[in-house]
Amino acid sequence: MRIFDPHIHMTSRTTDDYEALHAAGVRAVVEPSFWLGQPRTSPDSFRDYFDALLGWEPFRAAQYGIAHHCTIALNPKEANDPRCTPVLDELPRYLVKDRVVAVGEIGYDSMTPAEDTALAAQLQLAADHGLPALVHTPHRDKLAGLRRTLDVVRESALPTDRVLVDHLNETTVKEAKDSGAWLGFSVYPDTKMDEVRMVALLRAHGPERVLVNSAADWGRSDPLTPRKVGDLMLAEGFTEDDVDRVLWRNPIDFYGLSGRLTLDPAGTGEATHEGNSILRGGE
Amino acid sequence: MTHPDATPTTPDAAPTTPDAAPTTPAPDGTPTDGVTPAPRDPLGTGTTPAHLPPDALRTALAERLTPAARTWLDHALDEAATHPGTHGPIAVWELRLAEAGRRCGPDHADAARVLILHAARADADALTRAYQQGTADERRAVLHALPHLVPGPGALPLVEDALRTNDTRLVAAAVGPYAARHLDAHSWRHALLKCLFTGVPVDHAADLARRARADTELARMLTDYAAERTAAGRTVPEDLHRVLALTESGTAASGPAAPHAEES
Ligand SMILES: [Zn+2]
Repeated sequence: MRIFDPHIHMTSRTTDDYEALHAAGVRAVVEPSFWLGQPRTSPDSFRDYFDALLGWEPFRAAQYGIAHHCTIALNPKEANDPRCTPVLDELPRYLVKDRVVAVGEIGYDSMTPAEDTALAAQLQLAADHGLPALVHTPHRDKLAGLRRTLDVVRESALPTDRVLVDHLNETTVKEAKDSGAWLGFSVYPDTKMDEVRMVALLRAHGPERVLVNSAADWGRSDPLTPRKVGDLMLAEGFTEDDVDRVLWRNPIDFYGLSGRLTLDPAGTGEATHEGNSILRGGE
Repeated sequence: MTHPDATPTTPDAAPTTPDAAPTTPAPDGTPTDGVTPAPRDPLGTGTTPAHLPPDALRTALAERLTPAARTWLDHALDEAATHPGTHGPIAVWELRLAEAGRRCGPDHADAARVLILHAARADADALTRAYQQGTADERRAVLHALPHLVPGPGALPLVEDALRTNDTRLVAAAVGPYAARHLDAHSWRHALLKCLFTGVPVDHAADLARRARADTELARMLTDYAAERTAAGRTVPEDLHRVLALTESGTAASGPAAPHAEES
């Protein structure tokens, strides 16, 4: 089983996790920029963080045969802090880098005017840089948050089919699917989805445009939940091809919209196609 | 390895631990186990972009790029030559530097970036900015470009920064011809020891034989390191014996090279 985790915060994980990820079949990850738990107080700490996502972290991943990419953004929570918002002016020079495959995670936390501004500005940045966007849906007031998110996306220059709405669940999946966006599900103990509910959703709504991630971070999370979903899919009668589609090909199709995926962890020069070195095994 | 199924290196690999020191021995007792592969040779020239004069580098690279990548690079080099300097938030050659990997492919990115820096006639200040604002891949290219672009020791802080990292690809690039030419004896010895610690093949260290020759202090450091490893029940890396042998020959020349003594 080959797995691409499209949303995992490896900065918060130990090197042991890379070993376990590889053993579970994970060969590629995308690490979205996010909140560190401790509030940042200046754009400088964003810069150091972004530099780590483009330096140390891909190196660490490559040691374990895992291709690491990232998404860059001012996260929704810190979009409310005037000490942090100046980092928006520095995003353009990061959004041109190799291995930056989307703008994200952006979206709403408390649905404030400052979050409106940051979300709209960053959707425009995605359109300007030929990148898709990873948009998280809020933990509180989720359905209202999803609707407002989709409204802002529709008003933006970025087509909805270049947007991945994440942290979906039973109450938000239908409207998200009807919008034409890509559908992200975080299988994360206690607070988000679990494996059983995830497989039930796949049965009800199908595997099209569905991405499953661990969203593992510094919280009480489990980086191996995508593998557990794949195992349960097989046990419940899904085909190997269904599993490959959800856990490998869908993430590649979405982030491949950037033209910047290089699924060659050692950088050893897989032949490229339109800038993408997309390995598809037997395909 | 050209497939994501590639076997990972051992979990004990030193550069992935928070501390550079290989406090956890690998199962076979070596300090690190193949963390940094032997130098790849995508240009077929048996050397890195730091060692090849830019004209030869461009010729070698052009033969290997796809037509689309070659067209892109030719255009990028023309732009860089026409619009050098670092005015505004980002110069056009800095943009090209950022996207060189996806345009030319990961195998040829280092060479393409060195050529872009050369075409832009980047001086120590411009290279420092490119390094500080660069990804690890861009930083490696800046290190490779130093011997072609900076005649004096002004860019040594970049080498020293790279030598402080645990990214073995940066460490390997840092010990190239520019370091051989300008790094003082103390820093150079520590750089070499770091290579041994982190599994970077000492073949990456430029001008190794000349700088190691009759260096009794380096010999002492190597001998002490070998004793420490032996006491811990670990093997001594073969590279250590090689360098130790080099210190035992000839007369001392352990300082930086005299200015103008090397190819530019
Ligand atoms: Zn997240």
